[in-house]
Amino acid sequence: MREEVVEVESAKSDDRSLAAKEHPWLVRFTHWVNAISLFVMVGSGLQIFRAFPSFGAKIPQRDLLNWPKAYAIGGWLGGGLQWHLSFLWIYVASGLFYLAYETFSGNYRQVLFVPSDIKGVWPMARHYFFFGPKPPAGEAYNPLQKLAYTSAIGLGVLSVLTGVAVWKPVQFSWLAWMMGGFHYARLWHFLVMWGILFFLFGHLVMVVLHGWNNFMSMLTGWKRNPDYISR
Amino acid sequence: MKEREFKKIKRRELLKLAPVLVLGAFAIPKFQEPLLKKGLAFSDWASGELFRRNHLATTFEDSELTPFDKFPINGYDVEDPGVDLAKWSLTVTGAIKRPGDYKLEQIRALPAFRQNTRHICVEGWDVIGRFGGARLSDFLSMIGADTSAKFVSVECADDYYETLDMETALHPQTLLCYEMYDRPLTREHGAPLRLNIPTKIGYKQAKYLTDLKVANVVERVGYWEDQGYSYFYGL
Repeated sequence: MREEVVEVESAKSDDRSLAAKEHPWLVRFTHWVNAISLFVMVGSGLQIFRAFPSFGAKIPQRDLLNWPKAYAIGGWLGGGLQWHLSFLWIYVASGLFYLAYETFSGNYRQVLFVPSDIKGVWPMARHYFFFGPKPPAGEAYNPLQKLAYTSAIGLGVLSVLTGVAVWKPVQFSWLAWMMGGFHYARLWHFLVMWGILFFLFGHLVMVVLHGWNNFMSMLTGWKRNPDYISR
Repeated sequence: MKEREFKKIKRRELLKLAPVLVLGAFAIPKFQEPLLKKGLAFSDWASGELFRRNHLATTFEDSELTPFDKFPINGYDVEDPGVDLAKWSLTVTGAIKRPGDYKLEQIRALPAFRQNTRHICVEGWDVIGRFGGARLSDFLSMIGADTSAKFVSVECADDYYETLDMETALHPQTLLCYEMYDRPLTREHGAPLRLNIPTKIGYKQAKYLTDLKVANVVERVGYWEDQGYSYFYGL
């Protein structure tokens, strides 16, 4: 994947710097729509979960955790369902547009974790978590990053499939069956959410660590002096 | 490229994200309720489109049944509205040829069906129960209902009320249920007659039925629906 690169002349001095167009408009647009809809889906989903915070029997009921109402969207079960059933369409639509765009534009090569990335995962993990040396950057995303993004997209797809099994266990009985029936589909739906939240936590930590220039690239599409392009 | 020109490009790219702000309408109190109502209505429409009248809900073996004493009793108000079972009848009105009061014996005289199906509550819990009764579709033909009408609505002894779409009312697993676990309905479970609809969420399956109406227009949908729950909620 080769990003478009321009040379920018500084207004004040003779300095020239490079900038790369890292994120096409559709990727940025769906990223932010997804961020908002994910926030609503998780918040309203937890509201729905509050109505029966268990994955066991109703009688006797053993609650798994008492999720605080203040950290849920909708105010009550009916409200939570309204938010969930409204934003699911926005969540799904942004996901479909993203996947279609990535597939047909070829931009998927930037994010998709492929077998040749496997060998680069450990050096990167060693750098991040065990103070190992920083491996040289060859492309916009390093192998560990690609693994994280590809997993997150996979979890996004799973969140929809498990959600469909919970919402329509009769019409999509085959889907519910694959997940062990409605009862377990509900558990999978919940676990996939935590998987996404785990990714999100790591994602936000990395955003903070990488600073403003990197953050702005998801808004403007352009990144100044990316480390994967040397002069 | 000059710095100024580059900044301009970046600003333009940022502005191109402005449509995302449309979602902010959901945060404006004035728009929030109507938008959520539209979202729910859209989901209900999609649910109706996905519904197939001849697609059956999964049925289960007797060994998979939730024991009867572990089948939750979920009334919105009272567990026993004090129905006089001896005098009970189902009052039938609306777009039908033979309106009137129907006795339980008349409903029992229709072909009986028994099914082990999953009962799912909107709260999230589920149980597998055994239900027996007459097909609502058989009852509708007995009373000469106009099945091109849109709704079948019911009223209950505890003032609960519900409305079904005709497609679901005609589904072969939709029962006028007078038995659970091969025994006559107990009072807590809706004696003498309740709905059992394996293709719908729990709150649609009204208990202690007293009235049934076939109509194209309904003034009120259902006890929970009128407070903001989904009308169709097909599974």
